[in-house]
Amino acid sequence: MLKQIEGSLGVAEAVALCRPGVVCAYPISPQTHIVENVGKFVKTGTLKDCDFLNVESEFSAMSVAIGSSAGGARTYTATASQGLLFMVEGIYSASGLGLPIVMTVASRAIGGPINIWNDHSDSLSQRDSGWLQLFCESNQDAVDTHIMAFKIAETVGLPVMVCMDGFVLSHAFERLDIPSQEVVDKFLKEYEPNEYLNTSEPISMGAMVGPEAFTEVRILQQRKMARALKVIEDVTKEYRELTGSKSGGLLDCYNCENADLKLIILGSSVGTAKDEIDRLKKEGINVGIISLKSFRPFPYAKLAEAIGDTKQVICLERAFSFGGRGIICPEVKRAMEGKNCDIKTVVAGLGGRAIYGTTINGIVKNALDGKFTEEFTFFDVDASVLNSYTQKTEGVSFPNGPICQSQIDNSVNM
Amino acid sequence: MLEKIKFYQTGSNTVGNRMLNPAMRTIQASEDRPNSLISGHRACQGCGEALGARYAIDAAMKATNGQIMLVNATGCLEVFSTPYPESAWQIPWIHSLFGNAASVGSGLAAAARILAKKHGQENAPRIIAQGGDGGTTDIGFGPLSGMFERNDDVLYICYDNEAYMNTGVQRSSATPPAARTATTQLVGDAPGADWGKGKDVPLIAMAHGIPYVATATVADLRDLENKVTKAMSFHGARYIQILVPCPLGWGLNSSSTVTAARLAMETGFFPVYEAEYGKVTSVRKIRQKQPVLNYLKLQRRYAHLTGKKADPNVVARLQAMCDQNIKNFGLLDDDNTEAAPVAIQAFERNQSV
Repeated sequence: MLKQIEGSLGVAEAVALCRPGVVCAYPISPQTHIVENVGKFVKTGTLKDCDFLNVESEFSAMSVAIGSSAGGARTYTATASQGLLFMVEGIYSASGLGLPIVMTVASRAIGGPINIWNDHSDSLSQRDSGWLQLFCESNQDAVDTHIMAFKIAETVGLPVMVCMDGFVLSHAFERLDIPSQEVVDKFLKEYEPNEYLNTSEPISMGAMVGPEAFTEVRILQQRKMARALKVIEDVTKEYRELTGSKSGGLLDCYNCENADLKLIILGSSVGTAKDEIDRLKKEGINVGIISLKSFRPFPYAKLAEAIGDTKQVICLERAFSFGGRGIICPEVKRAMEGKNCDIKTVVAGLGGRAIYGTTINGIVKNALDGKFTEEFTFFDVDASVLNSYTQKTEGVSFPNGPICQSQIDNSVNM
Repeated sequence: MLEKIKFYQTGSNTVGNRMLNPAMRTIQASEDRPNSLISGHRACQGCGEALGARYAIDAAMKATNGQIMLVNATGCLEVFSTPYPESAWQIPWIHSLFGNAASVGSGLAAAARILAKKHGQENAPRIIAQGGDGGTTDIGFGPLSGMFERNDDVLYICYDNEAYMNTGVQRSSATPPAARTATTQLVGDAPGADWGKGKDVPLIAMAHGIPYVATATVADLRDLENKVTKAMSFHGARYIQILVPCPLGWGLNSSSTVTAARLAMETGFFPVYEAEYGKVTSVRKIRQKQPVLNYLKLQRRYAHLTGKKADPNVVARLQAMCDQNIKNFGLLDDDNTEAAPVAIQAFERNQSV
């Protein structure tokens, strides 16, 4: 059914359609509207047989989710930024216990300095947490991905983070096609856990594992991730056939035929980039976009196939590794190892700095003009803000325009 | 009824079992005890926590006709009972983290309720979350308070051995003053743990107005069983703190666990009582009042208070602390409990100014 609604409400409706047994919530912007709406559905009886818990912290939100999932209930929660970090210990526990929790991360920068706006530093900080991480490029994608996420999680036996850009998606009103309860019920059967805590068949969960078996436990987790690649594709195929949706998948290609340059982007900036790429096409510039949907598991083979024999790739990254470089780029290089392809990171859109069509346009033109000479460049820099500090304290100033790593390195060697 | 029977064994103050008719004997004494925590686990000799857990969980199993699921915080009890691929638990059991047992309990209780409803069962399994004093009074305190405040249907049991024993005897907020731990060493002008620090979690639990709060020790196991049984007759958040001496951490003979626990009660060092909806409803009276020195003498963690170089002022302060507990809770026969007992730390802080 078509509705003109806020992204958060769309996601809340999608979650409710999946008939979760337990939903727990702790407020943090920008995910709050999602759980507020789910809570309302429970209170009005729209969502039946569901317990909604207002807990005292994100650490407890994740812990309640661990308890309810271990107890055999389909479980959902949502968080962002500092909240995600506050639950980290539980996040690793949930994946280690193999609990198919679904959690929305309404992506937001991590402080300090505190910042409530969108980038990917929160979700990407959980790269090694053992959760599947699925990114959404639009609110329709978010609605559909949440429904698919429960099936993927329960099939694989691992928790799934559905990462949607905070504010840009969560607070945006768009036309959304919400599937009917009948369709979702057909797609997602009642949750029947293989193993859960119950008194008729007692089990011990979460035993202490020493050096004699820890490696093997980890290999089993890695095996689940390997299986997840196929499960994501299968579930996406099934969902698309049932609903006619174009959402989900491991990745999505736009204008990738014979592109001179390909941009790899996660999240909502894909939409902005698509519009700009259409404009550039009229100028005779042929750029492809690879929307990376699944960051964990990382679809190395599929990505290599999507890049094909394109010689230049830019990873537009909305987070990076302090003291290192980009986070996405090394993965792409791994996927393209031994192939003649120039892969670089361009950082933009940190802490809510808007990525406009002109930003994309600038990145594309700089790339095609060979102006990104290094692996790692900050693109949308306001030199005057930077210089207002560095000039005063150290007499160092940066020129206008993108700043690459060697400029930063040289500036401290003066 | 039980109050009037005083079959204490000569010279030991142990409550005799054999003199009672079978119906009145402890659950552990019955042939069909549930054995929730079965033998073969790796607890130290004389472990108070293993003893307390066995009695408490079996009592809860009896009270609920076997419908108990357990959440265990990280700690000795978790480590010694479940080294993969073994488990000493014969009932559903989960361990997630050190500080989240109460919240996992809330989630498990929610799932149990929803599943019971879905499957048309009248009664959902009941949940017990358990941990040591570190996992309860320190790192797990936020989730514990949250579980209390929501009045989730979870019984939380704290096995209090007054320090972080699993990591090598470090001080927790349940460590009493002057006690030696690995982080409150017997050095300097004021050896052992500081005065005027720590918190009284049973009283804090009562301040949440939850249905049931109790303290108990492994020296009075019938009392412990009764309290667990009573706790299971309530729904909502409940809290029991059980004093479980740790031979390793306290520097006790492993045969003195129960004796130490008994002296903790008989000196007034550890007040044993129960409360409903924030008010004290009963107090376990001291049978033969003992000076605190008798309690301290058993334990090497207080060795600095009993030798030749001992500071008599410190012993006197500990005695005053016990006397204050006795007064607060009315632990002697003719005493009445204060309407609102105050945390002993208030007395300590007041004294240290």
